[in-house]
Amino acid sequence: MNALYADLFHALVPETILTVSALLVIGFDLAVGRRRPLAARQTLAVFLGAIGVVTALVIGLSNGAVGSVFGGAMMLDAFAVAARAGVLALVLLTLGVVTAAPVTRQPAEYVALVLFAAVGFLQMAVAQQLLLGFLAVELASISLYVLAGFDKTRPESAEAALKYFLVGAISAAFMLFGFSLLYGIAGSIAFPDIAHALIYQPMSPLLAVALVMVLVAFGFKAAAAPFHLWAPDAYQGAPTPSAALIASASKLAGLALFWRLLWGGLGTVAGNFTLGHGTPGWLSIVAVIAAASLLLGNFAALAQHNVRRLLAYSAIAHAGALLLGLIASGQAGPGPLYYYAATYGIATAGAFGVLAVLENFGRCQDLADLAGLHRRSPLLAATLLVFILSLAGIPPLAGFVGKFAVFVAAFQMGGIATPAGWLAILAILLSAVALYYYLMILKQALVAAPAADAAPVKVPAIAALTLLAAAALLIGLGVFPSLLLQLVA
Amino acid sequence: MNALPWTIYTAFAGALLALVAGARSATAARAVALLTALAGLGLGLFAAAGFTPVAAPQVLADLPWIASLGIRYHLAADGISLTLVVLTGLAATAGILFSWNIEERVGEFFALYLALIGGVYGVFLSADAFLFFVFYEIAIVPKYFLIANWGSTRREYGAMKLALYSFAGSALVLAGLIWTYAAGGAQGFSLPELARAAATLPRGEVIAIFGLVFFGFATLAGLFPLHTWAPTGHVAAPTAASMLLAGVVMKLGAYGCLRVALPLYPEGFFWWQGIIGWLAVIGIVYAGLIALVQDDFKFVIGYSSVSHMGFVMLGLAAANARAVSGAVLQMFSHGVIAGLLFAVVGRMVYERTHTRQLEALQALPLHRLIPFAAVTFVLAGLASMGLPGFSGFPAELTILMGAWTTRHLWALVAAAGVLVAAAFTLRVIQVSFFGQTGGSPAAGHLDHPLEPISLAEKLGALLLLATTVLIGLKPDLILDWVTPALQSPLFQAVVQKGTP
Repeated sequence: MNALYADLFHALVPETILTVSALLVIGFDLAVGRRRPLAARQTLAVFLGAIGVVTALVIGLSNGAVGSVFGGAMMLDAFAVAARAGVLALVLLTLGVVTAAPVTRQPAEYVALVLFAAVGFLQMAVAQQLLLGFLAVELASISLYVLAGFDKTRPESAEAALKYFLVGAISAAFMLFGFSLLYGIAGSIAFPDIAHALIYQPMSPLLAVALVMVLVAFGFKAAAAPFHLWAPDAYQGAPTPSAALIASASKLAGLALFWRLLWGGLGTVAGNFTLGHGTPGWLSIVAVIAAASLLLGNFAALAQHNVRRLLAYSAIAHAGALLLGLIASGQAGPGPLYYYAATYGIATAGAFGVLAVLENFGRCQDLADLAGLHRRSPLLAATLLVFILSLAGIPPLAGFVGKFAVFVAAFQMGGIATPAGWLAILAILLSAVALYYYLMILKQALVAAPAADAAPVKVPAIAALTLLAAAALLIGLGVFPSLLLQLVA
Repeated sequence: MNALPWTIYTAFAGALLALVAGARSATAARAVALLTALAGLGLGLFAAAGFTPVAAPQVLADLPWIASLGIRYHLAADGISLTLVVLTGLAATAGILFSWNIEERVGEFFALYLALIGGVYGVFLSADAFLFFVFYEIAIVPKYFLIANWGSTRREYGAMKLALYSFAGSALVLAGLIWTYAAGGAQGFSLPELARAAATLPRGEVIAIFGLVFFGFATLAGLFPLHTWAPTGHVAAPTAASMLLAGVVMKLGAYGCLRVALPLYPEGFFWWQGIIGWLAVIGIVYAGLIALVQDDFKFVIGYSSVSHMGFVMLGLAAANARAVSGAVLQMFSHGVIAGLLFAVVGRMVYERTHTRQLEALQALPLHRLIPFAAVTFVLAGLASMGLPGFSGFPAELTILMGAWTTRHLWALVAAAGVLVAAAFTLRVIQVSFFGQTGGSPAAGHLDHPLEPISLAEKLGALLLLATTVLIGLKPDLILDWVTPALQSPLFQAVVQKGTP
């Protein structure tokens, strides 16, 4: 038993480090931060938090894949290690965005909440059990609700938090209900045991209900249509770093958990969606959700005037492509899905980072507020160009390779004999639609003249470094995608 | 030959350097851009000097890139690539000479310009379809910003339309390539490997994929009825960008059709052949007729580009060795001539008179005010009409002869298109430069004197004029490169069968 606990502790070192550093952040702020200016307190908090995240990242990577932990409650395989590393890198990026955004009144609490959310993300990446998975999602979600409503001076922030919380709580109820049904059917909460039990289970109405419940919760987590309604409001109203975290690390962690649950636990009831020879299963439902997200996200984004809402609808469209990657990962492995989710996270968090810097120098909501960015700050304009073009999937940036890998994997499932092939074609064609709204952002930033009263922008050093690092990552991973693809293989 | 990949690297390095230099001094950025373009031209000519035409493309670089998908960094060149690389060098150099007077955001202008050039070189030298596609898309984004930032008439509309058409076309290509790779079970993206994979697919799928890939590329080549981006884009673009758009970017599309669509899916091609041929022929005549009634000088040239690119597509559709080599020659010839025409209209006339309305130009004695422009335009117009002695003549004649062997009617209708081209070219020469002949030089119509033609403009014009005359007198310089390349196994699947 002692050895078992030693293993467990060993596997949980990154989580422990994050928790300890969260407590340290709060403690230090309490001890020495009281009489300092807010900006200094924020720098200290971010600095301590970043040290914790980097340490967790390094230790997580150096411990490597050790396989099943604590009687199978967690699975630390190559994918889990990669997912943890990706999540921590995105959290680090978010901490950089925190330094760029206007200072909150409780900077230490903010950073601590980010770290607590990160603990939840890490657990989501490794959980191989219904109960642990649910707890991890809740730990992450509750931190995110608070982060979304952190800016108490703006009613929009409260609105964002409330919407996010209400929809999130309902989806948690769905998830718990689905999980309890699954437990009832399979008699176990461990994913491998569920998979084993379901081999001999015909598709029953009860199982169908359980699957639908789980997929609803998943659709919410991924901001996929038709469970996307919270996303535009949350992205618009939440403090910018919170939006960055919700859009990036949270999404990667959610995909990791549901990849493990759907393919590891429910793979035997995926069904077959080959056209004309289909058998019922969750694949068809996910395919429908993916198609709806692709269509709704791309077309609704065309009508947006608000940058954040535009990014939210673009996130919904990307969720569709990610679900396609999830479908394809049953055969192709999680490599393309992971690559797509991680690089999408970098690009979208980077874009929010640019908005965060701009917020210090005047309103930053409408597309027109970006006008003349190339004059106000060439650095911000250049990095925004990289982020947006990566989101649009223009080579040689990472966003292109991600799309390419996912579409190839989807097509390899059976060409046009399965909906996956048709979804890939749909997604490719819709990328031309997407280019329009991405170019609308870039047109404002790089072509339009600045407004007469636009203040020049001075980018803080840490924020500049963060944005440059994110842009460099997108270029580097785009030119050498094998660096990331190998991590999972 | 082995130095050819450096055309790509120097262009991208030059782009970065121009951006950095432009922050300090505009002249430095111009110098960097000119030197980079000259380096590209020099590398192309150097490779051409030592080139022995053979069928198989010569491998320039071949390294593993994305191992899990079998994608390689594979560059290779044959006579066709070489022709277009030299054309790119010429058009790039001339374009920079004609944009010497850009004053606004000079560094960024030349950085985007050189990035576009780098992408174009990359497309012409790629032997791996994935790499080809990467370079093809790299060329799209700079076009948007060049037009939206430095363009003229309805520039944001023209830029967006161009970007969306290009990107939608490339999306079709991407869908087709992924389909071939995945459904055919290919081990990589090299063209022979994809051709092997495509051969295993059922005929219906091959026909569908060919449609996606060919029309995806043909969008950028300006094939009727997918050409509508071209006139608006050309008109909105700044002079150098119009020269590049008509000169090399439209060739990217035609080159994609020739290099990727035709050899990979011969079965699909023969199903579509009739349709493509007729669309090309319609495009030649239709765009010519539209050009005849335009009242904006630049729109005339824009539509004439579409008409001349119709000949390229006709050459591909006819699919015999003569027609296809004619198509490559026409790509080269049109690249040079269109560059020249756009230079006269955009730089020499519009930037001096600030009008492109033929009615307004008619009132000016332009042949006396800027005689150099008039002479250049007359010569370029004659070349564009296909007069012997200029490169347009052997190119269009070769295509017509090739098309005749495939289908008589195509050659006949296209020949009528040549007459239309003569009509609109003569009309525009007459109206724009010789509208106000007798009487006093009515400079009163202008509220400012016209600045004289600069040395940079003269050099650029002479460079292009000399090229079109040289190829007009000795078309074998290029045909001797191209014809052997068509003997390679990939082209033989299409080109041989097409010859009756």
